[in-house]
Amino acid sequence: MNVKDKVVAIVAEQAVLDPSDVTMESTLEDLGIDSLGLVESIFAIEEAFDISIPFNANAPEESDFDISSVATIVAGIEKLIHERV
Amino acid sequence: MKRVVITGAGTINALGVGVPATLEAMREGRCGISDLEFRDVERLSIRIGGQVKDYDPETIFNRQQISLYDRFTQFTLLAAKEAIEQSGLTFIGDLAAHGGVVLGTAGGGVSTWDENYRSVYEEGKNRVHPFVVPKLMNNAAASHVSMAYNLKGPSYTVSTACASSNHAIAQAFQIIRAGGSKVMVTGGSESMLCFGGVKAWEGLRVMSRDACRPFSANRNGMVQGEGAGIFVFEEYEHAKQRGAEILAEVIGYAMSSDAADIVMPSKQGAARAIGGALTDAQINREDVGYINAHGTGTAANDKTECAAVADVFGHHADRLMISSTKSMHGHLIGGTGAVELLACIMALRDGIVAPTIGYEEPDPECALDVVPNEAREAKVDVALSNAFAFGGLNAVIALRKV
Repeated sequence: MNVKDKVVAIVAEQAVLDPSDVTMESTLEDLGIDSLGLVESIFAIEEAFDISIPFNANAPEESDFDISSVATIVAGIEKLIHERV
Repeated sequence: MKRVVITGAGTINALGVGVPATLEAMREGRCGISDLEFRDVERLSIRIGGQVKDYDPETIFNRQQISLYDRFTQFTLLAAKEAIEQSGLTFIGDLAAHGGVVLGTAGGGVSTWDENYRSVYEEGKNRVHPFVVPKLMNNAAASHVSMAYNLKGPSYTVSTACASSNHAIAQAFQIIRAGGSKVMVTGGSESMLCFGGVKAWEGLRVMSRDACRPFSANRNGMVQGEGAGIFVFEEYEHAKQRGAEILAEVIGYAMSSDAADIVMPSKQGAARAIGGALTDAQINREDVGYINAHGTGTAANDKTECAAVADVFGHHADRLMISSTKSMHGHLIGGTGAVELLACIMALRDGIVAPTIGYEEPDPECALDVVPNEAREAKVDVALSNAFAFGGLNAVIALRKV
């Protein structure tokens, strides 16, 4: 499974949706993921990819990690994986 | 209904050992938050806290006591000693038979859990010390206070996360007001600053890596603290007859539940607790001069709390002072309301309002007088102390100058 498919699977599970209902343009809000769901998704992503995501729920816009859509999340993860190697 | 006054106070927290040292630090706007020091701290992403430093239990307690006292119990006993000595009370006869201890803590003996899990899971040991259970239980601190001072009435521990101490204080107040006892020992304690305790909090992503800046637009989360605050609550006539020094009067309280979300605060729930405390104390909102805020420094709490205060107080919200001393001592979780009650007593008795330090940028969503960075002299007749917990459990205490 590539990064995109894994992220979609994680987000879909959190949103209780079928992966086919999650598009790259979807925002977490569109998918009905609240603040707790967001923190849980980030945890699941960190575990799945063995990375640390710099995210503070108090100031999401100031984090280096852009959570505005599934596409930006995938891009952020790819960057972190790249940096780790 | 009986009137209830405070005739003793004690504390240990990151600002100092004892009430005088703590109030001096609050007056000076000193920050007690520093780099955490404990095993495996380098594996944490959050490495600051309001930790009690230069503390060596072995110089205070003997070996047998240490084997029974978790750090949260040690803090409680130290603060209780100061408070009860100040009150000048000795518990014998009826006073002992009805006097009890109602304390708050969220986690109880967290470092005892931590150390012993480490020993069995990480070090592979198959045996733990026989006193692990009596050491870690949430009521251990209340029980040891009852044993140390011969308090034989109702004693129990309230655990409502960050509102534990305020709920406990409300309960103790209620017992005396209803005539159930002449004296109660109350307050709370917390000590979660160990690897497991902080690691658990990290997961929620609400902790700041650099500072607690309540109400400031650039705030970025809460900072944990530790310690205890303990008070002697006494029926007014009893205190007056024996000529006790009265620190302040407790005049009312309210508790409410948001019944909404396990972590996100609610303006309505907070407002019902604040408004309820005014009603219970039979005071007008214009009487309130100071509020010790819950003021955690998270994005969610501070704006919700300010909105709730604005709702309850209307125009008077712009005239009262509201500060968060968590900026100095950190968030003591279940013990926080107890240490913060000291700031209310200082405002009422000494006419000095503790500041919100670390305040750097105004936030339009927190547009109240948060007493930024420097303590202020002011005549305050009535003060409130807010506590709004995870789980949506709120408790507000109202105090008056005597």
